[in-house]
Amino acid sequence: MHETVNAVYESDSRRVLATLIRLLGDFDSAEEAMHDAFRAALEQWPREGVPANPRAWLVSAGRFKAIDGMRRRKRFEALDDVGEAADIAVDDHEAWADPESVEDDRLRLVFTCCHPALAPDAQVALTLREVCGLTTEEIAQAFLTPAPTLAQRIVRAKAKIKDAKIPYQVPTPAELPERLEAVLRVIYLVFNEGYSASSGAAVTRHDLSAEAIRLGRLLVELLPEPEAQGLLALMLLHESRRSARMSPQGDVILLDEQDRSLWDRKQIAEGVRLVEQALSPRPAAAATRSPGRQARSPALGPYTIQAAIAAVHAEAPAAADTDWNEIVGLYDALMAVNPSPVIALNRAVAVAMRDGPAAGLALVDELLAAGELKEYRLAHAARAELCRRLGRTDEARRSYERALKMTRQEPERRLIEKRLAELTRSV
Amino acid sequence: MKYLCLVYLEEQKLRVIQDTECFACGEHLRSNGSLVAAEALQPIDTATTVRVRNGRLSVTDGPFAETKEQLAGFYLVEARDLNDAIQIASKIPPAREGSIEVRPVRQLDVS
Repeated sequence: MHETVNAVYESDSRRVLATLIRLLGDFDSAEEAMHDAFRAALEQWPREGVPANPRAWLVSAGRFKAIDGMRRRKRFEALDDVGEAADIAVDDHEAWADPESVEDDRLRLVFTCCHPALAPDAQVALTLREVCGLTTEEIAQAFLTPAPTLAQRIVRAKAKIKDAKIPYQVPTPAELPERLEAVLRVIYLVFNEGYSASSGAAVTRHDLSAEAIRLGRLLVELLPEPEAQGLLALMLLHESRRSARMSPQGDVILLDEQDRSLWDRKQIAEGVRLVEQALSPRPAAAATRSPGRQARSPALGPYTIQAAIAAVHAEAPAAADTDWNEIVGLYDALMAVNPSPVIALNRAVAVAMRDGPAAGLALVDELLAAGELKEYRLAHAARAELCRRLGRTDEARRSYERALKMTRQEPERRLIEKRLAELTRSV
Repeated sequence: MKYLCLVYLEEQKLRVIQDTECFACGEHLRSNGSLVAAEALQPIDTATTVRVRNGRLSVTDGPFAETKEQLAGFYLVEARDLNDAIQIASKIPPAREGSIEVRPVRQLDVS
């Protein structure tokens, strides 16, 4: 029986919590109520059997416990707002059981945790805590942050939700594009935090990528917007290369040198399918439950385009088979929706692959002259690589040395040092 | 719930937005019942800071903080929740030139 309750906790505790927050209007009371409900399940289910709908039972039990607690407290402190809260909880008899409201509760929770009025690091912490159910200690470890700092971040965010009255709502269609962007940003940040992990804590931090993918799946399930699909695709396509991108010694292996047989084909297939969905115009049938909630965002969003680029790489049997023309075209599209010097740099590298290193170098030099990338190590590393290919060894060495000075990651340092050594040997 | 929308503008932008537009914004909010009070303020060099320390009054010239933006006015509004308050703030004309700080009003605890 203990295992049954644990299994229900695993699968349903976040849904129960999301609904209880709506019913009780407060994160802390809802958490307490949820734990009370699971405690009650441990006592009652062995005697009375597992209820037909465990989730509804838990919500009902949690709600009852909370109201009971409020009434008991009310006897001691005659506070108006306690009465008010209890009324909400009692009056909402019908709403809490309505399957559509209940399904939307998880979406409400996601959007509330990622509300732009909360500090970005608080959005991340709160999402992992409330939506994913990670403990404060787990989040602190993954982000290499002291647990008390992280706990305080969460406490402050919850206080702001309460004091500034951030509503527990799915945004209106007019607000949706901007609010969805905030949610996607949080998910991608969690993913990258796990994906760029390179050292001792790699194992815990890897879980962050898995957690981000889980969040991405949840979002696509609840809100099948093209950009949500695009982000999930992007994460899956990156994740598919995980075991190929680092040697057993912990050295970085760049895309063109990776052993492509190590790429996870299942993740690639799913990623490619999602990119195709995100790129295709919405069929009318997709606007099922709430047509007002369908995409108003531009047809091609930055996550979808980046996922499409990753998909072109994923579908090339060998590095030499890469369709660079397609990739340059996609970078053009990305520059159109989301212009940035870093994207321009990636585009320059793709142009170099398509038209030769001289064409790429001209673009990189232009970008470096513009100034914004002067302190960006990868711009110098890219320049070095192009100079090397053109046989301009001295320039290549100088650029590698500049990149080396700016890098702070150990595996990256080793890679540049290796390149420098190769340069010396080839002379 | 009440929110105070504090309007911040750089000194040279204080008069960029026409008074008639700000007046219209206030009237609009008043007509739909969202406005509690709103005023524009004289520039910061007219400000006086008052302190009482150890029972003694001290009066000094203006706030000293060297900030680029200064408090230019305020709207005290009644809103359903923060999202509603953000929507209202986004329609305050100086939002285009400076920034609006939205602060929930706190009930004094006098129990």
